[in-house]
Amino acid sequence: MRLSKRARVLLRVAVGLGLAFIYVPLLVIAIQAFNSSKILKWPPPGFTFSWFEKAFESESAREALITSVEAGLVATAIAILLGTLIALALGRNRFFGREAINFLVVIPIALPGIVTGVALSNTFTQVLGVSLSLMTVIIGHATFCIVVVYNNVVARLRRTSVSFEEASSDLGADTWQTFRFVTFPSMRTALAAGALLAFALSFDEIIVTTFTIGAGEETLPIWIFRNLFRPNQLPIVDAVAVILILLSIIPVYIAHRLSSDEGGVGGRGGAGTTTAPPAAIAEAEATAAH
Amino acid sequence: MSSEAVAVKRRSAGRRLAGFFHGRRKLQLGALLSAPMAWLVILYLGSLAVLLITAFWTVDPLSGSVIKEFSLENFEELVNVPVYREIVWRTVRTAILVTLTDAIIAFPIAFYMAKVASRRGKAILVVAVLMPLWSSYLVKVLAWREMIAEHGIINWALEPLGLHGPGEGLVAVWLVFSYLWLPYMILPIFAGLERIPNSLISASEDLGASPFTTFRRVILPLAFPAVVAGSIFTFSLTLGDYIAPALVSNDQFIGTSIRASITNNQPFAAAFALVPIVVVIAYLGVARRLGAFEHV
Repeated sequence: MRLSKRARVLLRVAVGLGLAFIYVPLLVIAIQAFNSSKILKWPPPGFTFSWFEKAFESESAREALITSVEAGLVATAIAILLGTLIALALGRNRFFGREAINFLVVIPIALPGIVTGVALSNTFTQVLGVSLSLMTVIIGHATFCIVVVYNNVVARLRRTSVSFEEASSDLGADTWQTFRFVTFPSMRTALAAGALLAFALSFDEIIVTTFTIGAGEETLPIWIFRNLFRPNQLPIVDAVAVILILLSIIPVYIAHRLSSDEGGVGGRGGAGTTTAPPAAIAEAEATAAH
Repeated sequence: MSSEAVAVKRRSAGRRLAGFFHGRRKLQLGALLSAPMAWLVILYLGSLAVLLITAFWTVDPLSGSVIKEFSLENFEELVNVPVYREIVWRTVRTAILVTLTDAIIAFPIAFYMAKVASRRGKAILVVAVLMPLWSSYLVKVLAWREMIAEHGIINWALEPLGLHGPGEGLVAVWLVFSYLWLPYMILPIFAGLERIPNSLISASEDLGASPFTTFRRVILPLAFPAVVAGSIFTFSLTLGDYIAPALVSNDQFIGTSIRASITNNQPFAAAFALVPIVVVIAYLGVARRLGAFEHV
């Protein structure tokens, strides 16, 4: 679009300010993690690496990390299974109630997390009489992760033509062989992207988690939340925060690889479905589905 | 039996199964959907139904045990006690304010990404906007908590001007929420602007419209549904959140109140949890009328 020089400059300034708004807080916490003083002070009086050493030595942080990874992996596995099944059913069939199922998959992420949290904890403790544990956390996480896998896979199914599957079955392949050699290979990267999003969503979740977690257990976000209020622990939490910011580069990189693996198939849509972050794309596609 | 024979037999069993499903669509669908529907309908919808029922129960004030009898007490309390009305209004007001703030910050970025930046610049900006979404939610709240602290960077930067930062409170909640949900606003607007054909903009320019007129009469009306789509995230995410307000303020919001009442009054928490559901549904209704679902 043709813009006057002034408009262009103003626009650049607005973009710059917006990006500063996004990145300054992350930068500040990164610097804070090297603060030599235990007390929060800006600018930091000196710099030290010791908080990172302490963070790596922290038994409770390590255990919380392991718990988070466990919960994330199991929840993702459940979400992959259930999400793919729904996608296969809805992506290749038109039937009565299809829209209702589509809507049902979306509800857990469309409703505020606190509603899901209260509803599940209420059912577990009051109705089923189950005591809260890591298992209940996993059930909660899997419930809102299904939609992420479903959205990715169903979007891919919509883009790949049914004629490949028809050709396969015309050539004598049975249902399983068609799935194994035609459908599955074409949705593999979408599945991987969905799994990545599901894991990231679970790994970062705190709201549903607080309502469904057992007394003795801690995921990493819960660990951070609890230690925030302990003044002695704060610098260690800052160090963990920086490690988490650095770790977040991994999914971005994998997502980028996945979307470039897609080649030209999805066009620019490829970037949309895979590089995008968990909740954003889940919800964006959720609203699109209506 | 040789292993080969076993393999053959297995395969034939699998084939028989596959053959059984072949051409029987309803059976196929049933097999695909039974497990996920059991999970989502029984566990999830069931939980929501229980939540709805629990909302009509009460807690015996003396024993603290739940009385499982129908009563409108919780809802009467929610409507009649001024504090709760205030909490709901405060939360909704914050959600609206956050939505407006994010729309104002997001639009220029999305516009620049979609219509002005070079191919390379666009790619870099998309990653730059997406990156923070992958980093931990709590880390971001923590960053703000440390920035607004008494000896944090904001007060340090404002001191030479003789000013003092907002500290913990409603302003901090507004800032943190605007920060947290900004990318959720940028992305839909960016996608919406990308869908506007450049030829429409050229046509407007060729017909003599100034850039401002083109923006106001062509781009803005076409991009508005995308802004509304983005606002669904910023609005509903703000409505249900309780971690951020708990970390940067002492004010009560819907989320913090539900959290506070869940331990000793589950029925009341359940009743309160219905409030964000109703508000979100109302908001979705408005968004639908504004065209947010047409081509997001």
